[in-house]
Amino acid sequence: MKNQGTTNRPDNTAFDQQRLPAWQPVLSAGIVIPGFLLVGLAFIGIGVALFVTSRSIQVLENDYTGTGSSVHCSECVNPKTTPCTCQLNFSLSALFQGPVFLYYGLSNYFQNVRGYGSLRRPSSSCAPYQYDQNTTIAPCGSVANSMFNDTFTLYQLVNATRKTVPLDGKGIAWWTDYNIKFRNPPEVDGSLAAAFNGTVKPVNWPKPVYDLDPTNPANNGFLNQDFLVWMRTAALPDFWKLYRRITEGEYASGLPAGNYTLEIQYNYPVANFAGRKSVIFSNTSWMGGKNQFLGIAYLVTGSLCVVMSAVMLIVYAKFNSPDEDF
Amino acid sequence: MDFNAIRNLISRYCTGEENWVDSRTVYIGHREPPPGTEAYIPQRFPDNRIVSSKYTFWNFVPKNLFEQFRRIANFYFLIIFLVQLIIDTPTSPITSGLPLFFVITVTAIKQGYEDWLRHKADNAVNQCPVHIIQHGKVVRKQSHKLRVGDIVLVKEDETFPCDLILLSTSRDDGTCFVTTASLDGESSHKTYYAVQDTKSFNTEQELDTLRATIECEQPQPDLYKFVGRINIYQERDEPIARPLGSENVLLRGATLKNTEYVYAVAIYTGMETKMALNYQSKSQKRSAVEKSMNAFLIVYLCILLSKALINTVLKYVWQANPNRDEPWYNEKTESERQRHVLIRAFTDFLAFMVLFNYIIPVSMYVTVEMQKFLGSYFITWDEEMFDDEIGEGALVNTSDLNEELGQVEYIFTDKTGTLTENNMEFIECCVDGHVYVPHAICNGQILPGALGIDMIDSSPGPDGKEHEELFFRALCLCHTVQVKEEETVDGIKRGIHQGKGTSFYISSSPDEVALVEGMKRLGFTYLRLKDNHMEILNREDEIERFELLEVLNFDSVRRRMSVIVRSGTGELYLFCKGADSSIFPRVISGKVEQVRARVEHNAVEGLRTLCVAYKLLTFEEYQDICQLLETAKLALQERDKKLAEAYDAIERDFILLGATAVEDRLQDKAADTIESLHKAGMKVWVLTGDKMETAAATCYASKLFRRSTQILELTTKRTEEQNLHDVLFDLSRTVLRQHGSLTRDTFSGLSNEFQDYGLIIDGATLTAVMKPDQDGSTGNYKEIFLEICRNCSAVLCCRMAPLQKAQIVKLIKFSKEHPITLAIGDGANDVSMILEAHVGIGIMGKEGRQAARNSDYAIPKFKHLKKMLLVHGHYYYIRIAELVQYFFYKNVCFIFPQFLYQFFCGFSQQPLYDTAYLTLYNISFTSLPILLYSLIEQHINMDILKRDPSLYRDIAKNSLLRWRIFIYWTFLGVFDAVVFFFGAYFLFDNTTFTSNGQMFGNWTFGTLVFTVLVFTVTLKLALDTHYWTWINHFVIWGSLLFYVVFSLLWGGIIWPFLNYQRMYYVFMQMLSSGPAWLCIILLITVSLLPDVVKKVMCRALWPTTTERIQNADKLYQGHLSEFTPLSSLHASHHKAADAHHLNPRRSEHPSKKLMYTHWGGGADYCTFSSSFGHLGLHSAYSWGGHETSV
Repeated sequence: MKNQGTTNRPDNTAFDQQRLPAWQPVLSAGIVIPGFLLVGLAFIGIGVALFVTSRSIQVLENDYTGTGSSVHCSECVNPKTTPCTCQLNFSLSALFQGPVFLYYGLSNYFQNVRGYGSLRRPSSSCAPYQYDQNTTIAPCGSVANSMFNDTFTLYQLVNATRKTVPLDGKGIAWWTDYNIKFRNPPEVDGSLAAAFNGTVKPVNWPKPVYDLDPTNPANNGFLNQDFLVWMRTAALPDFWKLYRRITEGEYASGLPAGNYTLEIQYNYPVANFAGRKSVIFSNTSWMGGKNQFLGIAYLVTGSLCVVMSAVMLIVYAKFNSPDEDF
Repeated sequence: MDFNAIRNLISRYCTGEENWVDSRTVYIGHREPPPGTEAYIPQRFPDNRIVSSKYTFWNFVPKNLFEQFRRIANFYFLIIFLVQLIIDTPTSPITSGLPLFFVITVTAIKQGYEDWLRHKADNAVNQCPVHIIQHGKVVRKQSHKLRVGDIVLVKEDETFPCDLILLSTSRDDGTCFVTTASLDGESSHKTYYAVQDTKSFNTEQELDTLRATIECEQPQPDLYKFVGRINIYQERDEPIARPLGSENVLLRGATLKNTEYVYAVAIYTGMETKMALNYQSKSQKRSAVEKSMNAFLIVYLCILLSKALINTVLKYVWQANPNRDEPWYNEKTESERQRHVLIRAFTDFLAFMVLFNYIIPVSMYVTVEMQKFLGSYFITWDEEMFDDEIGEGALVNTSDLNEELGQVEYIFTDKTGTLTENNMEFIECCVDGHVYVPHAICNGQILPGALGIDMIDSSPGPDGKEHEELFFRALCLCHTVQVKEEETVDGIKRGIHQGKGTSFYISSSPDEVALVEGMKRLGFTYLRLKDNHMEILNREDEIERFELLEVLNFDSVRRRMSVIVRSGTGELYLFCKGADSSIFPRVISGKVEQVRARVEHNAVEGLRTLCVAYKLLTFEEYQDICQLLETAKLALQERDKKLAEAYDAIERDFILLGATAVEDRLQDKAADTIESLHKAGMKVWVLTGDKMETAAATCYASKLFRRSTQILELTTKRTEEQNLHDVLFDLSRTVLRQHGSLTRDTFSGLSNEFQDYGLIIDGATLTAVMKPDQDGSTGNYKEIFLEICRNCSAVLCCRMAPLQKAQIVKLIKFSKEHPITLAIGDGANDVSMILEAHVGIGIMGKEGRQAARNSDYAIPKFKHLKKMLLVHGHYYYIRIAELVQYFFYKNVCFIFPQFLYQFFCGFSQQPLYDTAYLTLYNISFTSLPILLYSLIEQHINMDILKRDPSLYRDIAKNSLLRWRIFIYWTFLGVFDAVVFFFGAYFLFDNTTFTSNGQMFGNWTFGTLVFTVLVFTVTLKLALDTHYWTWINHFVIWGSLLFYVVFSLLWGGIIWPFLNYQRMYYVFMQMLSSGPAWLCIILLITVSLLPDVVKKVMCRALWPTTTERIQNADKLYQGHLSEFTPLSSLHASHHKAADAHHLNPRRSEHPSKKLMYTHWGGGADYCTFSSSFGHLGLHSAYSWGGHETSV
């Protein structure tokens, strides 16, 4: 059929003949047992380090939902009392090592449901918060609309006088979110408000987007740190979000021992979906916040590896016939 | 033949003309009969085009799309895609549309390419030139333009282009000789007859005057049946009607022999020829792996459905609380609220389906297709399967069955042209105990030439000299060989190029040809039969003439033939040659003992032996003989019996001259191949149309039957003595007794080393076994027969019709174990079984390319089967098994975290991973490593696989795709997925993991899981890879690197065409956190740990043969792969060596048949032959014989 002769002869290359030089490793005892031992020991080392570090991290969490077991802020549970301010008193018996981070925590709050973010199709649509009476909402969508709006002020009680602890709201959102991903519309006549002309504030918001932070004009519009923190939707229904850092002045090294009052402006309703709110003081280490899991997991895995290598050694010693042992 | 004609007539007239509607009328030469005879109704017949292709240029796209979407999987993906287009689903339609488009395109290209090849092959056939008579002239046309009614001129050695009715031939008696070797495998010449009334029309001009019509039945596939009638119109006379039978029909595919030319008229053309009808049923074959894959797929489909269902139900249970259904922070749109709850539930269900649909990977089909398509090139490229003689290597016609080559349990092989070369070779002769070999061996080179006689024993005396010459003359005279004078350039030379003459010999018995040729090399050349005188050229180059007086033809009962000749000096000789058993009792003098010893020795060698004897007749004796024969021949009743009696009376009181040994040349390394296949646990059946004795000899020669094999016969001869029922039960008792005495394990072990049985069955008995009995006990016979077959290591079926071959294959294929069958053959007669078997392999033989064309794979020689199965098949199987399991595994790992995530996102179908990750996971991040693995993985070295066939048993019965293993992989996938998800979950549990206190969102969570996922599944594959070439390194590390680079890019740029930027900087932020790194490392380790532990433990506690070999190979630092002598292969001592140890022991039990071959010359050969004590001699011969074949 085809032309005859040696032209049909296949190429004699190593690849064609499946004879490429190759490294042919075998999972043999000689490699695996020491390997397991080494990995195990390394993991135990890492585990110990993580565990110790994690233990040194201080966390102070206070639930202020006001319902159920929580005693704080119960006066504000009734949604009719607006605005409602409540106070949360706590005392520190020792220095709370700085820098201290102030978080708010929400639980049973599903920021990750589909349709909450801009994931509803068509995905450009922010429905049902696209338009408010035919005027475009800015920022649109459910996430923006439901932005967390409790505010916290921290005082240290020094000799029965309240001394404000300065809270730093800069850099709590991702740098890229603040600087690249989100952009304000170009200012019109040097006024951000004018740039948002023709839009209305989200339904649940008390004030428009260009007026979010009256104290700092650079922290307004879409480029508001709190707004950006909120917009990064949490992965799980119980989540913390960074509220402020305590990095300034005498509190830069931490909160000294003493009594503190946290004044909370209670705006955000969570009762009707059985959610809970809390406020958290925490410091960090090189490995971030307090997380026992990683250390324990490393310790357990490391020990398992060591145990397995021992078991394998026994198995090999016992069951391997001499002619295969090498 | 008469009987046939009469039956035709009877059947015609009994059924009556009116009922004979299924007929066609052919006008010979398209000439209408004289007006008024019959209304001329033009019938339309197809042209002579052979079409094996599926598509045309125009219908390719719609037909191919339709075919592709008929596949359940593709259809499923199409549905998913449409669902995504229509309803609001969590992922974009691109995620499933793109892969689907990719699959469909790749498959279409592959199928298109394959069809293009088929088109090319068809065109080659269709454009062959044929000669047609038009208006008294010969016209050359392309084969496909031939039409029904054309008169065709076929010359000698041409193949008939379509089914023809023979009108006239170059011979006066209107006969022609045809070989139907490529149709039914019979290589002997058959005689066909021209229609008596047209045989005188043997020039073009005369044919032009012929007015005739042919009425015949519509085409039907039976090769041996034909009913028709020819009406010849002559001037004003009533037309003459003559019956036509199958003896008048020349079938497409047969070849004209020994006849200068024939004229014939086309009756069936193109796809209506009997050959085409026989081979049309080419159905799609599916491999066992594909079946397992589909079973797994159904499991995964169930998992998918239940996942979607569970989530839907839980969603509505969970949402029973309105605050959960619609909390104030996440209100629904108006249209969503108004939708009916059932519709909502249904769309939710569909959305979950879409979300989880990746668990059934589209890309698995692409990868499998690509693996098969690309992988099959390794077969084509294999240099070891390249044959210099025909200048071609192996061919792959269907790449769908690559892995099936690793699963074969039964091999059905044709004999002629497959096991043997269909090429007899004269090996030696022995005159009065002196052995003559027709050529000398010098430094391994053969010195051809008539005078190269090797006298093994001391030179015979003058008396011996006389006997010697008489012996040579006897062989030159006692045969029915025809001499073909001219030199025809044709591939079918019978290997007499060494001879001086340009003539060659033709006979229905290749043995005779071999003998005459052997004599030629020994100095006595048979020249021709002229005027009833046989002419011999003797050693002194003198022509001796013998008058041929009588020929007492060969028959299989007497097993001998004789001739009576008168020499130039007037002496009357009777020469007789025949089987030893039929000659020795009739011998009265001669050196019987010496000859008998030599004959037995040769028989053990697997050679075909014949004894030669003679007697001198006086004139009176001759007169009596003539008388005797005359009366017998003229007898009207019991002629055969009387002839036999006469022969018996004549052929007696011989003087023994000597014996000959002829070898039915086996194909190179056929015995070695069969032995390997046996060791690999395959059962080899020989299906042949040949007669039992010849076939059995071949079976011994090819080591299919060993000396120790106990032969069970199930033949007509036996069933005549006993009835079938008793024979069957007898045999099954014999077999089962043995069965019972052994434990199951030993039995299923190494090809039944203790006592193996060989079964011989013939076609007639097989029909009886298969035929439904009157009392309905047919199933019973079949079952008993199968039971016997199962316990026989080798089965020989002789006298098989092509369709019976297919029947046998079918019988085994559908027996209760459903074994994987492979059929291998070279002729058109094997096509039916090639098509029937799971894997059909064609040998690119001398008898046309029918088999090769219809096969799934074509190889040049039988010996290539060994590498094909033991190496390629094995590799393909382990590769695809890993591919399938790994694909399911990696998609469980992929999707199960997404399922778990639903429990933490309010069952809202929130995807865990970004769209890009969802789309690219299977397409690019994890696709290439497994594809590459499935192309070049070699768990064991090629040479070891070839050397130790028992490794093939490790993968028998689809062992790597058993449910147990599948479940293991699935659970491993689930375990890994749980580790990924909950690892990330606990890491994210209300804490930050950056030192600046910033929090990460859900996309970071997904990306973390995804990163661990990609690394884990890739490293898992790396752990499974045993063969790390630079390409593996490149692809595995490359695809991990690609993932990282892609993620950096994907998150590093604001992509203007996207309407969300949710992945922006997510990956970088994650990498900037130490705990994330630690978590990734931890989770990867934890995921891989159990698998590594399991592997190491299994390797230590229950190692498979494969693993032992791997260990041993490691121990020898890879030196095993080099060509070390077999004895140093300690690696195989576990199993294979046991077989060797058994061999000498076996020779202590003498068994019924004492035949063995010297073929294969390996270690076994030495063990065996040493027990015979003439090793040196033996090997000298064997190598001599061996070399001549090259």
